Amino acid sequence: MSGTSYDVIIIGSGPGGYVTAIRAAQLGLKTAIVEREHLGGICLNWGCIPTKALLRSAEILDHANHAKSYGLKLEGKMTADVKDVVARSRGVSARLNGGVAFLMKKNKIDVIWGEAKLTKPGEISVGKSTKPVVEPQNPVPKGVKGEGTYTAKHIIVATGARPRALPGIEPDGELIWTYFEAMKPDVMPKSLVVMGSGAIGIEFASFYRSMGAEVTVVEVMPQVMPVEDAEISAFARKQLEKRGLKILTEAKVAKVEKGANSVTAHVETKDGKVEKITADRLISAVGVQGNIEGLGLEALGVKTDRGCIVIDGYGKTNVPGIYAIGDVAGPPMLAHKAEHEGVICIEKIAGVPGVHPMEKSRIPGCTYCNPQVASVGLTEAKAKEQGRDIRVGRYSFAANGKAIALGEDQGMIKTIFDKKTGELIGAHMVGAEVTELIQGFVVAMNLETTEEELMHTIFPHPTLSEMMKESVLDAYGRVLNA
Amino acid sequence: MPIKILMPALSPTMEEGNLARWLVKEGDTVSSGDVIAEIETDKATMEVEAVDEGTVGKILVAEGSEGVKVNEVIALLLEEGEDASSLDGAAKADAAPAKAEAPAKSEAPAKSESAAKSEPSAPAADQQAAPAKAPPAPASDKGERIFASPLARRLAAQDGLDLAAISGSGPHGRIVKRDVDEALKSGTGRKGAEAPKAAAADKPAAAAQAPKAAAPSGMADSQVLKLFEEGSYEVVPHDNMRKTIAKRLTESKQTVPHFYLTVDCELDALLALRAQLNDAAPKDKDGKPAYKLSVNDMVIKAHALALKAVPAANASWTDGGMLVHKHADVGVAVAIDGGLITPIIRRADEKTLSAISNEMKDLAGRARSRKLQPQEYQGGTTSVSNLGMFGIKDFAAVINPPHATILAVGAGEQRAVVKNGALAIATVMSVTLSTDHRAVDGALGAELMSAFRQFIENPMSMLV
Repeated sequence: MSGTSYDVIIIGSGPGGYVTAIRAAQLGLKTAIVEREHLGGICLNWGCIPTKALLRSAEILDHANHAKSYGLKLEGKMTADVKDVVARSRGVSARLNGGVAFLMKKNKIDVIWGEAKLTKPGEISVGKSTKPVVEPQNPVPKGVKGEGTYTAKHIIVATGARPRALPGIEPDGELIWTYFEAMKPDVMPKSLVVMGSGAIGIEFASFYRSMGAEVTVVEVMPQVMPVEDAEISAFARKQLEKRGLKILTEAKVAKVEKGANSVTAHVETKDGKVEKITADRLISAVGVQGNIEGLGLEALGVKTDRGCIVIDGYGKTNVPGIYAIGDVAGPPMLAHKAEHEGVICIEKIAGVPGVHPMEKSRIPGCTYCNPQVASVGLTEAKAKEQGRDIRVGRYSFAANGKAIALGEDQGMIKTIFDKKTGELIGAHMVGAEVTELIQGFVVAMNLETTEEELMHTIFPHPTLSEMMKESVLDAYGRVLNA
Repeated sequence: MPIKILMPALSPTMEEGNLARWLVKEGDTVSSGDVIAEIETDKATMEVEAVDEGTVGKILVAEGSEGVKVNEVIALLLEEGEDASSLDGAAKADAAPAKAEAPAKSEAPAKSESAAKSEPSAPAADQQAAPAKAPPAPASDKGERIFASPLARRLAAQDGLDLAAISGSGPHGRIVKRDVDEALKSGTGRKGAEAPKAAAADKPAAAAQAPKAAAPSGMADSQVLKLFEEGSYEVVPHDNMRKTIAKRLTESKQTVPHFYLTVDCELDALLALRAQLNDAAPKDKDGKPAYKLSVNDMVIKAHALALKAVPAANASWTDGGMLVHKHADVGVAVAIDGGLITPIIRRADEKTLSAISNEMKDLAGRARSRKLQPQEYQGGTTSVSNLGMFGIKDFAAVINPPHATILAVGAGEQRAVVKNGALAIATVMSVTLSTDHRAVDGALGAELMSAFRQFIENPMSMLV
């Protein structure tokens, strides 16, 4: 039976879409969500989560390889079984995928299985998926609604993004990989070229390095993880290089020659030379682009810009009744940004009082390479570029008791304050577990604390978090343990 | 250690004042009880007395400084045996907060930091350092806590904005940075004295600097200015008294449900008694009478006695409960240059007419020279405002909270009245009682007015 009518239909069940659906249901709206492939989207099935599972295996392997430095003796050598490492990662995804199905059911959200197209404002038709299937797939959840026409007062596009491809270096799934293939290798490549050093590229580079591959990272910008603070990036680069990663910045993969079971990348370096690097595989991680095609956006006149749907601060497009959130609505393309954007959008639709557009300067970013990198707010360079008078505090892992005890004494926490107002405008970290630390500064920023409240906050001892306070103290010339 | 002389709180509610004048200079020797400075508060000029003896080592707040915070160090006193060299540490410690007040001085936290280090054992130094860092959690005029983020508080302090005038858009109405930014743009909540920076952007700079007073006002300054041609007016900055009048009376009209009761009182008997009493006043050797009663003195007494006769009307509204006062303390509005002030005749019901009269003369005189002590004009249970001398027949006054009533007194004039079915001439005075309906209902107010008229028309009853 088609023709069911809803208050809200959300297209796409990634972290943005499914969270928006739950919030909509909480607000008493009759809600449906359309998914063509996998509940939980890329994040949960092919992105954030399964890579963290892989990286955990890598981390344990790294620790084992350093067992001796902890006074531990490992008889023989610890080795990775690719098949099992991948299987574990897929298992983690499958478990969470099932979790999303449960959440939809619990919140009485209808799941419509198929590919949606906006036919007119307030109406979609759902047909068969045209997307090539990426194996392994989880089974289609029970009780989903099928193809047909559905109407809703509000339609939220949350279709996410997909890997961007460079012309001439299109991924083929065999020798040139995207994150899909990189996440489920059959055999461990002995050597790899990673094109792009954003979060995705550097995480895979770090993973494969831990697994023993010779890895070369090629980045066009002057630093790895180009959005991060230059000092943090340089610190991370040094650590990565110490682990045996080869990193070429201001370098560009101009051409890729495919061999029988290898690729040769022609890399133009900054001095104009071309370096030929032959490796088993090449991972293309040159960013992602919004999934705006095939949705019928053009016919309805929904405005797009550089591959993303144009929205206002509340997810509204230029066409009444049509909204967009998450990656498809523009950068930063991060799951947590999508989630929050979705909540703002649906709360605005429901008329919840006190809803404000997202403060984009308060969106944290985390990269799970070894060493980890985490940040929120302005980098030092950005702050200066904006003409702000700043105070910068730094604190090194080498001076923190817990870090030394953990055997993780390489890292740094940097804080940036507006000199006049004491506003915390940036926090940047590199080192062990910093992805779990950054939220402290995110909360601080969101509550609009100044240096004063941070200085009067009691951080527990002995923890890595003490470095956060020391960094703040350092910005004001009051550092204690340094 | 030099002794710190702090900006005194002249009343429990005082937060800041102006340092009007120094009566000593650096190097002067003072002993306990000497008057060393004059402080101007919202209503009065007060003298500051030295508590300790010593030599004035350093004056830290210049004469004429406005908005000096209570407890800020205004001068340092050297004790016997101390010389100027001991000032250095202390002066430095205390200079910091003053600097921090200035928006441009971003070094302030660091400075106060070093100051605190130089005097680790002095708690006063810490206290002084505090304002340099974070302004205290502010409270609205009603004493409610204002919820604002630390950053919003600091921005408001630096830009001289009154948080109480800013509405918050954060969770549960919390004031956040964007609200302060918004207020800065629109000019909402701008405080007069501290606003030069924000005002500089506005075109008629002088006008924009004119304080908006703390009172919520309908039109923004810019809207008002737009209506008049530039140069067609002069901007007179508000003094503290003007700001206080604006704030308190706006608050009164906005929060106190007023209603009005008017009665006519025949004055002939009262005037006759007054003449008789004045004639009988004993004279001193220069021929000066011991008292000279005015009609107003008798109105004060009559109003006080009426409140004693109808005690339920001698009340103040509070959310927690009704304050039913045991004494009739009558505030009397005294017009002074640039405003008015309401000194209080305490226990007017118990005082003789001559005592009231003489006390009134003393208070009015000192009110005009702005020398009243705060306790002489704060409090009271009711007030009297008399515009009869200007020929005003009748008017309605604005209640001065926490009073529940105010009596507006018109001129005593000869009017045609009907007595026993025939026209007659009588001296009649119209009075109007403004009443806080939360505390005093209509019938109760009417009862009070009836008692008042009884005393006025049978004035001998005031003497027993």
